[in-house]
Amino acid sequence: MTKSLSTRTIAKKSLSMKSVFALLSAGILMSTLATFTNAEEVATLRNNTPLEVQKEPKVMPLVSNDDIKQKRNYPMQPPVIPHKVRNYQVDLKVNKCMSCHARNRTDESQAPMVSVTHYMNRDGNFLAEISPRRYFCNQCHVPQLDTEELVENTFKDMDTIMKEKQKAQKAQAEH
Amino acid sequence: MKNFIIKMWQTIRRPSVHFSLGFLVIGGFIAGIIFWGGFNTALEVTNTEEFCISCHEMEDNPYEELKTTIHFSNRSGVRATCPDCHVPHKWTDKIARKMQASKEVWGKLFGTINTREKFEGKRRHLAENEWTRLKANDSLECRNCHNFDYMDFTSQSTRASEQHSTSLASGEKTCIDCHKGIAHELPDMEGVEGW
Repeated sequence: MTKSLSTRTIAKKSLSMKSVFALLSAGILMSTLATFTNAEEVATLRNNTPLEVQKEPKVMPLVSNDDIKQKRNYPMQPPVIPHKVRNYQVDLKVNKCMSCHARNRTDESQAPMVSVTHYMNRDGNFLAEISPRRYFCNQCHVPQLDTEELVENTFKDMDTIMKEKQKAQKAQAEH
Repeated sequence: MKNFIIKMWQTIRRPSVHFSLGFLVIGGFIAGIIFWGGFNTALEVTNTEEFCISCHEMEDNPYEELKTTIHFSNRSGVRATCPDCHVPHKWTDKIARKMQASKEVWGKLFGTINTREKFEGKRRHLAENEWTRLKANDSLECRNCHNFDYMDFTSQSTRASEQHSTSLASGEKTCIDCHKGIAHELPDMEGVEGW
């Protein structure tokens, strides 16, 4: 009795398995079709290189090391780092960046001082040392590579937009 | 014991009865060469990286840390091994350093830094030892390769040339004053000048 019951359930299960399999295969077929049609449109990091092919890697660009400050692209942009930071140790023990950029080190190093906001905790109280929430410099500040951009940037900064707007208003007023 | 020493002294003082002067002189000379050669060879063996990292303490900590730095892998393929920076090249200084290093054998035997935790605990102490040594000898081991007289400031970055042509040139600062932690991780730098 129990045996026949179990065989029946198995049969039922296999039936449902079959339908699931059919659905799955249909899904896979559709998705492969979709990838085939979209292959040209969606750019990937692999640049449509087939999976089994190892692409020739691009030449690694050098890190800019000219020490020349760069313009910010928008008011709150964290300034970019104009020098190499290879092996700069920033961890629980030590913060290499702060050995030049700290408030009490800039007279000797002549490096730009870390902003006063970095010494504030979230309640706005000033601390003697850099605030723990600002400790890891590289979360916001990054060195730059001497290379062409991978994707064209259409970003316009506020000044440009304001100028364009003023120009347009002027033109309208003249008409 | 006292009798034995007296007997030895008397033997040494007496002229040789059985051996000729020539045998003793030439034999002594050859024995000297073998002894001295053997001593120096043994010294050189202890002055290789393979010897240094034959202890897991050195292989797992300082050596692993060195691997990521420019003194291990760089554009020109010249690399520094442990003794290049940690053992003076001049013979007398080298022997002095080797005698100091006998304490490291003690440390090995008693497992002073045989775990990562113990090594981290001693890191500041160990680092300070090296800083004092390099400060005292005007960064001699750095200068074995990095010769100030042949430094081309024009091919250095602006910051580097500025600092090398002023503080380093005047002798006010030496390499280790700024270049701490270039080959190994730094310890907690609380209270270290310039940090």
